Amino acid sequence: MTETDHRFLSAFLRARSGLALNSDGLYLVESRLPAVCRRFGLSDPGELIAILRSGAVPEIEAAVVEAMVTQETFFFRDKAIFAQIQDIALPRLLEARAASRRLRIWSAAASTGQEAYSIAMILAGMAPSLAGWTVDILSTDLSDVALERGRLGLYTHFEVQRGLPIQLLLTHFTQAGDLWQISAALRRMVSFARVNLMDDFSGLGIFDLILCRNVLIYFDDETKRDVLERVAARLAHDGRLILGGVETPVGLTETVVACPDFKGAYSHVGCNRISRCDRDSPK
Amino acid sequence: MKHCLIVDDSAVIRKVARRILEALEFRISEAEDGAKALAVCERDMPEAVLLDWNMPVMDGYEFLGHLRRMPGGTRPKVVFCTTESNVEHIARAMQAGADEYIMKPFDKDIVAAKFQEVGLV
Ligand SMILES: C[S@@+](CC[C@H](N)C(=O)[O-])C[C@H]1O[C@@H](n2cnc3c(N)ncnc32)[C@H](O)[C@@H]1O
Repeated sequence: MTETDHRFLSAFLRARSGLALNSDGLYLVESRLPAVCRRFGLSDPGELIAILRSGAVPEIEAAVVEAMVTQETFFFRDKAIFAQIQDIALPRLLEARAASRRLRIWSAAASTGQEAYSIAMILAGMAPSLAGWTVDILSTDLSDVALERGRLGLYTHFEVQRGLPIQLLLTHFTQAGDLWQISAALRRMVSFARVNLMDDFSGLGIFDLILCRNVLIYFDDETKRDVLERVAARLAHDGRLILGGVETPVGLTETVVACPDFKGAYSHVGCNRISRCDRDSPK
Repeated sequence: MKHCLIVDDSAVIRKVARRILEALEFRISEAEDGAKALAVCERDMPEAVLLDWNMPVMDGYEFLGHLRRMPGGTRPKVVFCTTESNVEHIARAMQAGADEYIMKPFDKDIVAAKFQEVGLV
């Protein structure tokens, strides 16, 4: 690949997905693009890039973005986070939302849905206290392929064995040939939609709990700040935003601050207690 | 160092599992069937057992029954590791007192995740 092609591709990926290619980027491109070429019958990455430049084939553009983003995820990724969602965030939100009996949860950049279904499994375990509640769990990603897999709720032998306790596999999954499918009841709890974090997503409304994990790491600081601030604007006044283990708003934005009682979660300034939030505090 | 007993009639599986578990800082013993495994437990009760199902002499299911009745035998975390991967087998193993269940084939991420699940990693 020529230097110019590489520069074009970097700019293309940054604009389309936020992905900032670093020094390993060239290696990543060279290892992943040949598969896209084969899929569309193209002879080499040069030809592929000429098509991207022409802007004429959206399918190929989407395929290149999908090939370059990391989609790794697993159930209950980072146990401590899910334990705190179960033991701290959800009980307090149920208390704080007792009047409206409505809870909205967003798993942004969710890949194949394991994150959203992990929350759904926690909620299923709390079912008695949720009678009469409307709970929406929205799982979004830019990858249509990942979204479709999430919608089907079909996971491989390997996927159901990473992070998922065997009792939850027995409770919530059925065997479908070599795959395992999550129950229809849980599938009904989660909706999937294509949302690119680079685009305007203010139309999604306000959420009580937002998980935006292991995606900001791929962005440069300017994109991180922009996405974080727009995600924070979707967070209820006393909501909780959860980032990945190595992601932090510190040094990027002051719109959200760490919650003292929930390691890994962030809230609006002055709102670090869910039911005792000062509603007039600035967002 | 925590002690893990690997019980499998396949020497290859024992070797692969040993490598993975040693990397997770376990001290390893091996046994090729349930009867030999019980003898190890009498001598040196492990913290964890990675247990195959189908083995000659005494299978994993029968071993687990004996183990749980031994003095100190309720303490080890037992992780089944077997090609039996249907819901009935899994449910049966859990009822017999297993703590976790790995369906073969496995890799190091799965083993690490399951041992984390039972609180040993
Ligand atoms: C490493 S996965 C993380 C999945 C999950 N949140 C987790 O922590 O396990 C990153 C996901 O972000 C998605 N992604 C990358 N850039 C995105 C963007 N600009 N908008 C939406 N999703 C994006 C990728 O498609 C991928 O599925």
